[in-house]
Amino acid sequence: MRTTVRRIGAETLALAVAAAVFLVPFSFMLLTAVKDEKQAADLDFAWPTSWPVVRNLVEVISARDYLLLTAYVNSTILTVTSVALLVVFASMAAFVLQRRPGRVAGVVNLLVLSGLIIPPAVVPTIWVLQGIGLFKTLPGLILVEVAYSLSFAMLLYRAFIAAIPRELDEAAMIDGCTGMALFFRVIFPLMRPVTITVILTTSVAVFNDFVNPLYFLPGDENATVQLTLYNFQSQYSTQWNLLFMDIVLITIPPLLAFVFFNRKIVAGMTAGAIKG
Amino acid sequence: MVTSAQPRRAAAPESGRRPARPRARAVYPYAFYLPAGIVYTVIFLVPTVMAFYFALTRWTLFDSEFVGLDNFRDFFAEQNLRVGFRNTIVYAVVTSGLKVVLGLLLGVLLTSNLRLRGFLRSVVFFPVLVSTVAVGITFSVLLKPDTGLVDKALGVVGISGPDWLGDATTALLSVALVDVWKGVGLATVIYIAGIMSIPRDYYQAVEVDGGGAWHRFRHVTLPLSWPATYSVIILSFIGGLRTFDLIWTMTRGGPGFTSDVIASIIYKQYQAGFYGLATAGNVILFLAVTAIVVPLVRLLDRREIHS
Repeated sequence: MRTTVRRIGAETLALAVAAAVFLVPFSFMLLTAVKDEKQAADLDFAWPTSWPVVRNLVEVISARDYLLLTAYVNSTILTVTSVALLVVFASMAAFVLQRRPGRVAGVVNLLVLSGLIIPPAVVPTIWVLQGIGLFKTLPGLILVEVAYSLSFAMLLYRAFIAAIPRELDEAAMIDGCTGMALFFRVIFPLMRPVTITVILTTSVAVFNDFVNPLYFLPGDENATVQLTLYNFQSQYSTQWNLLFMDIVLITIPPLLAFVFFNRKIVAGMTAGAIKG
Repeated sequence: MVTSAQPRRAAAPESGRRPARPRARAVYPYAFYLPAGIVYTVIFLVPTVMAFYFALTRWTLFDSEFVGLDNFRDFFAEQNLRVGFRNTIVYAVVTSGLKVVLGLLLGVLLTSNLRLRGFLRSVVFFPVLVSTVAVGITFSVLLKPDTGLVDKALGVVGISGPDWLGDATTALLSVALVDVWKGVGLATVIYIAGIMSIPRDYYQAVEVDGGGAWHRFRHVTLPLSWPATYSVIILSFIGGLRTFDLIWTMTRGGPGFTSDVIASIIYKQYQAGFYGLATAGNVILFLAVTAIVVPLVRLLDRREIHS
């Protein structure tokens, strides 16, 4: 009896500590974002005395000629395009990889693993992008994001395709479906669950990416949200409420993805990890 | 295309179509590799291979002059670059070690019969999805000396906290701790998946033998969640060796160069226009990652068989 009580006590304590450690930073972000400038400068946990939420919001969005809006548009284009390309490219490649074992598949598997482990060589990549005229352009950055996410997406797809029976391919072949038609009309629609997982995990990763835009897309006119946040850090060094309003705005898309698709994201990330 | 193949068993003669099985070439064409292959080759493979050449040159992006191993000599001759190399290893070891320990503990806690279990799982996992820049900025504010919330909280219990990010002895470790805060959620869900896949029978067997909670943990959960430990170590080690965003947003390698890691040095050299040196840094990072991760994979694989 006493041990049960002690156990419950210990668990409650563990829960409280864990909740505090993880919730305090987020509540701090939110609280600071809605304070006025003077009170936000205290950087403490006090309850806001006034609530200039709308004013902070407008000020952050209109700062530097609506740079944040431009950045949001850029980040959206970047995320949507690179994830769309990634889904098509990775699923096609993974399909042949899983269905056609042999020497070629062996090499491809090795390349997939290399893509997971090898840190990208940044300056030579800039050199290549400059050579093909895509350095400092959104299309260039899109290709970079696709290239760096291929391995992970192919792992997820390959595992899923292994569970689709070959009899299905054969049935489709009898109906005269081969190659492109077989893949896009029969197989691809069946992969919806894993496609959703790939879309969610890579969207979050691309949207949150900071390093690649920093190297491959410098400059304000093409800024992504992470870059603007990074630059706002020096600009708003006294207006903490605006800085944190910016952080809150940038955290909203992943938060929405998390609220609606929590299970899918967790499933994708653990599957990728364990098979990787 | 369709050669005279044997009729398939599933062929339906009344359909009137060719009851033949096309070759793999037509059904699973290698052309499907092309889009992915081209992007991967141009954007990833070519730069990776070229890095080995450019690392040996003095390079301006437009022309390069071969200088042999000078860049590597410079890299290890300068003290700050050596410190960066050491810091990278320390960072990777500390973050992956803590993620294993805390991820396992949280995994065990969050698979037990707790109220609020689902809520806590979400709370622990959410930071994984938040941008690193946002986390970095928030924690640099929380870790400010004296006025920051962390030091204030420590002050309440009578400890005067250090200047976490401004002090050479604590800067790197503080960033590593924030990395653990952000990343432990992924380790936790990997452990949860691992622990959930342990057959219940083992726990029942321990119960029949009269073993307690510690026994359950030590002789069932710990050894049987080995695949999860393996994934967490590999993942966080690779991530730790490559780390850049968090260091860059929190300390920029400072104070001085005491919290520089290889990736931040690469960026600094790139900004300063030393492209050859930056690329040499990349090659060193590449060699370090393969030299550490490949044997690690081998070692952990072997343990899996024995345990």
